[in-house]
Amino acid sequence: MNVRSQVSMVFHLDKCIGCHTCSIACKNIWTDRKGTEYMWFNNVETKPGTGYPTQWEDQSKYRGGWEVSGSRLRLKSTGKARIITNIFHNPHLPTMDDYYEPWTYKYEDLFNAPAGTDQPTALPISKVTGEYIDIKAGPNWDDDLSGSPIYAANDPNLKNVTEEQRQQLQAIERLVFFYFPRICNHCLNPACVASCPSGALYKRGEDGIVLINQKRCRAWRSCVAACPYKKTYYNWSTGKSEKCLLCYPRLETGQAPACFHSCVGRIRYLGVLLYDADKIEDIAKLPPEKLVEGQRDLILDPNDPAVIEAARKSGVHESVIESAQRSPIYQFVKVWKIALPPHIEYRTLPMLYYVPPLLPVLGSSANNIYENGTNAEAIFHPFDETRVPISYLASLFTVGDEAKMRYVLRKLMAVRTFKRAETVGDIPMAVALEALKLADTTEAEAEEIYRMTALPTFAQRFVIPPMHREEAIEAFKDPQDHKRAAGFGFMDAPKRGL
Amino acid sequence: MNSLLQAETGGLPINDVLFVVTPYVVLALFFTMTIWRYVKEKFSYSSYSSQFLENSYQFWGSVPWHYGILSLLAGHLIAFALPRELLWWNSVPARLYIIELSALIFAVVTLIGLVNLIIRRAIDSRIRAVTSKMDVIILLLLLAQVGTGIWVALTARWGSSWFAAVVTPYLYSLFTFSPDASAVVNLPWSIKLHILGAYLIFAVFPFTRLVHVLVVPNHYLWRRTQVVMWNKRKAQGAEQ
Ligand code: SF4
Ligand code: SF4
Repeated sequence: MNVRSQVSMVFHLDKCIGCHTCSIACKNIWTDRKGTEYMWFNNVETKPGTGYPTQWEDQSKYRGGWEVSGSRLRLKSTGKARIITNIFHNPHLPTMDDYYEPWTYKYEDLFNAPAGTDQPTALPISKVTGEYIDIKAGPNWDDDLSGSPIYAANDPNLKNVTEEQRQQLQAIERLVFFYFPRICNHCLNPACVASCPSGALYKRGEDGIVLINQKRCRAWRSCVAACPYKKTYYNWSTGKSEKCLLCYPRLETGQAPACFHSCVGRIRYLGVLLYDADKIEDIAKLPPEKLVEGQRDLILDPNDPAVIEAARKSGVHESVIESAQRSPIYQFVKVWKIALPPHIEYRTLPMLYYVPPLLPVLGSSANNIYENGTNAEAIFHPFDETRVPISYLASLFTVGDEAKMRYVLRKLMAVRTFKRAETVGDIPMAVALEALKLADTTEAEAEEIYRMTALPTFAQRFVIPPMHREEAIEAFKDPQDHKRAAGFGFMDAPKRGL
Repeated sequence: MNSLLQAETGGLPINDVLFVVTPYVVLALFFTMTIWRYVKEKFSYSSYSSQFLENSYQFWGSVPWHYGILSLLAGHLIAFALPRELLWWNSVPARLYIIELSALIFAVVTLIGLVNLIIRRAIDSRIRAVTSKMDVIILLLLLAQVGTGIWVALTARWGSSWFAAVVTPYLYSLFTFSPDASAVVNLPWSIKLHILGAYLIFAVFPFTRLVHVLVVPNHYLWRRTQVVMWNKRKAQGAEQ
């Protein structure tokens, strides 16, 4: 057993209000420079929708992620064999038009326009060329289903949805959507790292954060094509790719990443998971129907003495093991089993998990009344006439397996029913307890899920392990001296050319 | 050596400056500046790909250009490194024709790629926005170089043979620090221009995006698939 630690994340989709505060927090810190205007390390998409870059989930177009060929795991588009052909022209590279052309407005016209009878206007100009542009896309162009016949209809996840359900999704009185905030998943089997010809990308051993060495990146663009989530971005000005760094300078000083810290809906959780690195490849090669359980099996119980022993042997710091024992992620993913990785069929083993949204699922009514049901079976009944088809959610989170999605939704519903019986009292407790049983959970667990969902404190949501970066410098420098110094990395200005 | 002695006695003939002094100055500049840039300005080592900004025309520029120029450079390198073998190969006319013809085809492919790259850079406003002075200079130099190359191929026949017989000894003389340009100075101007063009390109090379040639990712082919870096432990490949 080769135990490693990974800073992992859970996003609770039922709580996301789609405010984009996370995106703005990130942008203000990391991507407000020239060449990065179009990048959103954190973006929030409306689902159903085509997302950013548009239709990123359509891997027949972008060829991101891994595929199993025989007994081998190989990159879909940018493996070693194809390095020569891809390096001169990468046929699967998204271009700026797949994201959007960043723009600003010519504000000076408001002041400089000659006096006249019309109000002066500030026309949009491209941040790349400086020329006037006709804005045709933006980072959240289809926000809240705007233009859904064009955008939402092309969502690749709708392929398993029946024609009838599709029609219903378009029906105005049944319109439904939820938000899907996305950052880099800091995968265990990152396609971006594997594809980089220069070896500029790497995964940090201690915390699993995936980074791009700016001095080694040579603009071969492989990572942009290889990441199936499209979470590495090419800086067209500096000729370097950039990506989410999970705010490691913040984590190293014990603060949650900016998007986590600022999240208005408090949907975000962060903590350490211990996993067995020897098993990564075997798990990533599993047949699609085994991937969800496989990835769960990869995660080790931080309270198991054998695991603790092995973790010590593998060099995991005592304080990190202790942090893993308090990790909310472990509870969500492994104990409660209600958080699922997105599109695990891409086989990168993403370490950002989602609690699927229940709200739009339940937004159905009988006789124009929202029914909660008076017996346990009836409580789960709405799943079959949901607004968001289960097959849609299953395509996002369980490789199309509806039974697995039902399991999670049932549990979430049972917890809700139980708390409603307890606090409102309009559902008989016996019914609620029956629902808990049918949903494979207990009163105690339901209470824990409820507390972690509705009432967690800052410290419970973000269990940040000590990063021990002092160990990186103690060979050359006294960490106590270093502590008084300011700043990190990036000694060269991010300019273009000499 | 002869020509150098001559230079000492009778002032500096222009040919010696061009074909003896220049290459050494260029080489010194090339090495010091690429190393300086690698050490001090490592961030600037990049191919500055613009495929992200313009995808379709890029294919018709970048692909023929790269395959073409790499084949041509390989041809020059073979003539330099294996002159005897090349002359032996060329001793049968049919084989000589094959080499000459394929060289010409590669040259035309290179030219097409380069012209496409230049046109693309001129007409696409996004690409213009990321075009520096050095980009323009190096593109024009390369165009001139490919142009003189094709001119040489068309006018001074059987270049693969006379290169091995005349230019290779000259280059050897430079590398062994006993420069002898006597054979080269009598070559036609087309060839001399081509040689001088090469020196000029080497001289500006460290200041242009061409430096990406020096960091081609050959290492990728044998490195482990995943890269994991540790705080204390040395970088190690992961499980693949
Ligand atoms: S989400 Fe993409 S960029 Fe992030 S680690 Fe995974 S493959 Fe790499
Ligand atoms: S800040 Fe939180 S609630 Fe707001 S969009 Fe981002 S993830 Fe959703």
